[in-house]
Amino acid sequence: MRKMMTSVAAMTAAIALAAGAASAGQEDNLVVNEEIEIVVRTDAPAHMENVDTIYSGWTFRSDETQALQMDDFDNPGMIFVDMGREVFDAAAGSEGKSCASCHESPENLKGVKAVYPKWNDQAEEVYTIEMQINECRTDRMGAEKLKYNGGDMTNLVALLASVSRGMPVNVAIDGPAQSTWEWGKELYYSRTGQLELSCANCHEDNYDNMIRADHLSQGQINGFPAYRLKNAKLNTVHDRFKGCVRDTRAETYAPASPEFVALELYLSSRGNGLSVEGPSVRN
Amino acid sequence: MASGVKPRVKVPKSAAAGDSITIKTLISHKMESGQRKDKEGNPIPRSIINRFTCEFNGESVIDVTLEPAISTNPYFEFDAMVKEAGTFKFTWYDDDGDVYDTSKDIAIA
Repeated sequence: MRKMMTSVAAMTAAIALAAGAASAGQEDNLVVNEEIEIVVRTDAPAHMENVDTIYSGWTFRSDETQALQMDDFDNPGMIFVDMGREVFDAAAGSEGKSCASCHESPENLKGVKAVYPKWNDQAEEVYTIEMQINECRTDRMGAEKLKYNGGDMTNLVALLASVSRGMPVNVAIDGPAQSTWEWGKELYYSRTGQLELSCANCHEDNYDNMIRADHLSQGQINGFPAYRLKNAKLNTVHDRFKGCVRDTRAETYAPASPEFVALELYLSSRGNGLSVEGPSVRN
Repeated sequence: MASGVKPRVKVPKSAAAGDSITIKTLISHKMESGQRKDKEGNPIPRSIINRFTCEFNGESVIDVTLEPAISTNPYFEFDAMVKEAGTFKFTWYDDDGDVYDTSKDIAIA
């Protein structure tokens, strides 16, 4: 009897430990290179009805994964930022121009990543930063578009994210962008696939819980493009959407589709107030 | 030469004599293991960094043999004792015969 009691006590302790492990690092703060302070938790923006505090995906990861993002030398995503610099400086197209011909250095584009996706007046639609880059290439450089979720494009986006790190995400959801934003919100709360799951079922109702072996985050996208340890490369936000929708056992939308652009706008707005973090490190 | 290879190292600019310092090195390299096959089913030939060395003023600090199971962009972090000011020289040897090197100076504070 006594032995049984002991094992019950031991089990309780083990459960308590497991619960502790699940939220390891939740209280930690992120400072990159002992210099750039990153906001990883803050009050939710006013439009979010069901969540009080928003958390960066960084707070849900293990101490070891978190540490990789604290120093640019340790962050494998920075390799791709360096490759992005080469694309930035490489002339292409009939005008013989590179990004650097007009923008000089990526640092001049500090803050740009924080406000995209953004309404574009001429095109009369919401532009993601990838769409803006491709418009620059076709209209100003006379060059071919880059593949939306291809390596060069993702490296460029990572470069633009890296120079904006620490700045608050601040996408506009009113004015002409409002209808796209509302479409994105509808997509967020729509159940899809054979499992009939919406984004909200996992990332709003169950964040911080375990889904089998995975620790569910709030699904914030302020850290994209994200270097994932599981595939050792940068992952774009649309590819991540695709993976999530596929996991609900649905036919997914394509990267660069208007549905994913709307969802990206809505999701970015759920992170208004968190810092731009890309390239982040996730598992 | 394999494409996109770029060595990176991080060494403190100065240290007190007799101090142990931490050195971090990383080289971007695809580290093709030789085990994979392409779309047509032909084996992709092995192409890895097979040796990494670090020397301080000509004296060996570390000499590493790398095997195909090591993943892309190999990263090494190690400590070294610094007795005098000098130069760390880092060298990576590629399967295809290429040698990449870089060096960093350290002063005595």
